Amino acid sequence: MNRRKFLIGGATAAGALIVGYAVWPDHRLEHIDEMAAGPDERFLATWIKLANDGTITVVIPHCDMGSGTYTPLAQMAADELDADWTKIRTITAPSDPLFANGALAEGFGLASHISWESIPSFLRGPAAGSMRLIAEHMDLQTTGGSSAVRFTGFYGMRIAGAAVREMLVQAAADRLHAAVDALRTEKSRVIHTSSGQSLSYGELAAEAARLSPPSNPKLKGKSAFQLIGKPVQRLDIPAKVNGAAKYGIDTQVPGMVYGAIHISPVFGGKLVSVDEASATRQPGVKKVVKLDDAVVVIADRFWRAHNAVDALHPVFSNSSNGDVSSQRIRDAHLVALNSAKVNKDLSIGKGADALQNASVFERTYNVPYLAHAPMEPANATVLYKDGTLEVWSGTQDGLGSRAFCAKAAGLPLEKVTFHLTPSGGAYGRRLPGLWNFLTYAVKTGMASPGVPVKLVFTREQEMQHDYYRPNVTSRFRAVVGSDGSPSAWVNEYTTDDEANEEAHIFYRVPNQFYGTVKLPAPVPTGPWRSVESSWHGFFVESFIDELAQQANRDPLDYRLALLKDKPRHCETLQLAADKAGWGTALPSGHGRGVAIVECFGTIVAHVAEAQVANDGSVKVNRFTTAADCGMAVNPDGFKAQMEGAVIFGLSAALFGEITIDRGAVVQQNFPDYDMVRLGQCPEIHVYIHESDAPLGGAGEPGIPPVAPAVANAIFAASGIRVRKLPIKNHSLAATVRPG
Amino acid sequence: MSIRLNVNGAEHDVDVEPEAPLLWVLRDELNLTGTKFGCGIGACGACTVHVNGRATRSCSVPVGSVANLKITTIEGLGAGGLHAVQQAWIDHQVPQCGYCQSGMIMAVSAFLASNPAPSDDQLAAAITNICRCGTLPRIRAAVQDLVEHKAAGGPR
Repeated sequence: MNRRKFLIGGATAAGALIVGYAVWPDHRLEHIDEMAAGPDERFLATWIKLANDGTITVVIPHCDMGSGTYTPLAQMAADELDADWTKIRTITAPSDPLFANGALAEGFGLASHISWESIPSFLRGPAAGSMRLIAEHMDLQTTGGSSAVRFTGFYGMRIAGAAVREMLVQAAADRLHAAVDALRTEKSRVIHTSSGQSLSYGELAAEAARLSPPSNPKLKGKSAFQLIGKPVQRLDIPAKVNGAAKYGIDTQVPGMVYGAIHISPVFGGKLVSVDEASATRQPGVKKVVKLDDAVVVIADRFWRAHNAVDALHPVFSNSSNGDVSSQRIRDAHLVALNSAKVNKDLSIGKGADALQNASVFERTYNVPYLAHAPMEPANATVLYKDGTLEVWSGTQDGLGSRAFCAKAAGLPLEKVTFHLTPSGGAYGRRLPGLWNFLTYAVKTGMASPGVPVKLVFTREQEMQHDYYRPNVTSRFRAVVGSDGSPSAWVNEYTTDDEANEEAHIFYRVPNQFYGTVKLPAPVPTGPWRSVESSWHGFFVESFIDELAQQANRDPLDYRLALLKDKPRHCETLQLAADKAGWGTALPSGHGRGVAIVECFGTIVAHVAEAQVANDGSVKVNRFTTAADCGMAVNPDGFKAQMEGAVIFGLSAALFGEITIDRGAVVQQNFPDYDMVRLGQCPEIHVYIHESDAPLGGAGEPGIPPVAPAVANAIFAASGIRVRKLPIKNHSLAATVRPG
Repeated sequence: MSIRLNVNGAEHDVDVEPEAPLLWVLRDELNLTGTKFGCGIGACGACTVHVNGRATRSCSVPVGSVANLKITTIEGLGAGGLHAVQQAWIDHQVPQCGYCQSGMIMAVSAFLASNPAPSDDQLAAAITNICRCGTLPRIRAAVQDLVEHKAAGGPR
């Protein structure tokens, strides 16, 4: 979060608006040839290499964590390149500064202020510039913020593809003694239009590689796209149905041993003592490694290490956090919102003064701590040998991980190699700042020099030593005019960090005020799929629903009336409502709820249909989703992200809760941190609303409107308003419903 | 102590304690890493394999209890090609991160072998594996497709 803000500041301060990093000067390409090209292959741009047989490899400066970004990024490069799609392969970029993702820096830098098209072409300029330097300086290869396709694709892959196409055309022109504009490209061939003579890209690769990449190649117009916007099958899927895909946990290194860890259950606790002999007498155990706040058993097999670490009964100090509980944290939120100093974030119109001498409608909401709980628990394999460190792990930033491991080991960057593997889910868990598993693995590996060690968190350790979506309380006060519309909107909420722009509403309200109460808690927190929008989406879309209810207005019409100057929002909302049959009759005990949130450049509206039985049990039968991301590069992949977001968001809304008691996490494994399974999976229908807006994200924007759509549907079905998640903690039985 | 295992049609003698979980023997002794560790307590299904054709959560099965039984892992399911369930997973573009999918495919293939025309309720009761990415709607669609084609007697 801070990283993003720094980037925007950094990019602005640097003042350069250059997109040349995709098309490095030749001397850089020689280095990357050495690093990542095989025999009969060469790089023509940083992210594209071409082999003599015509195989085109797109090098992706992101991780594969499931959101399917490799395919749309390859589509974007291949489309501009006029490549034969069957010749396209992808690989993960080496974790090296030469592959630092300048496009990402540029995307973050530009997104807040300026559009790429608005930059005069002379400024798009020849030399690779400050964006790459910023990316390199920040070890930037991050996958997060729904940014890969929007930024890397738009600012990097398309330009790289277009540049390589121009180089191939130039090489063909030289060979055929023809003018460049007498040539066209199609399906990996350069064709001389008048004679019909043609050359394959593979045949031209060696000659093209001797040319300098153009820094400002011509990009296609939307109408010329062949691959962008088409539902292409994901390139990674075949290896994910037959067991062939290798995740971090599947790393095999000759001579490898295994580590199992027990970390201080109380946050901040330190290891005081441990009876090592109780582990070392167990079969296969090699060593007990004592760390500052954890103990690791190394054994020849993982299950032996696991059994042995369970047999240890290490003593940890409680630090000063032994009486921390989520109940106390939430109680403190309520006290602070009523008495502590509010830090002003934004005031519009009369701001909070508009509440004076008016009848104020007030509601308070809360969301709990949440774990990421990716299916693949945190793990890393480390070999420390002869002063060098080699690490294998699935993270959301390979280059950043390499720098992080170097620092943890006290080694210079060039002594450290980081192999970025695919991740079995991430959702933020593997972003920079959440790398406790790398720290523990590096320390364990360094205590075992010459022998590779694979450290794997058990599910219990993963559940109890995550960086959680924070517990947040938000209070709203509104003044409602005679027509039922809000004339004042005052929102104050707790934060352990800074104010969130995600709290700001797009509804038209003349007087608005946003403020925070800063209340840090001794619980490690971190970004969780859709980050701040995941909680503000629930708060805002619940409160607006309550305002509609107060005004006796239909919740859809109420929203539309406040969005009159926002056609994309209105159309997206209306599309979801129409497809959901909004307003048509439902059986008793059923209800529909609507919610709309814009984040990461994409607008998503959900209509949820819920059924609340007399015994209070909830079943969500149907979700109808409309989304406007400008244009979906891979529409089927985009829909899959929306469907996944509904399930992920629904698990959190219904069941998700990490409870802290006596300074430690109570939940241990899946039964007490439950997920939606097939029997609870609603029907999901996704509709894409196309617009001319810049590309929006896919991985995150579906999440925030899920919980409020469900809570609003539960209200419609039962008359009970859920203001505190998760839903499972509420009694919704017929006997407690309002008459 | 040596235990004889029959995995994907091949015999292996493994020298491990009989209480070692089948999951880790498959992964760390036989290098069959397609079977995944998710929870270690049989709650998520990522480690599902077939034991004599029955879907079994291998993290919670002591290896000694499956000696000489017929074990099939994701690597052996298609016997050289793709099993119909695997093909349906590609056709419906099911996987996202893919980590749970070995277990899903093993659970679904065993279930359909015993009940080729299940109702939605029977399917939901039988397949309780967890997918964090949220591929469940596509899993349901892929299974419905398999069931319909089976019912029509047509090839896939």
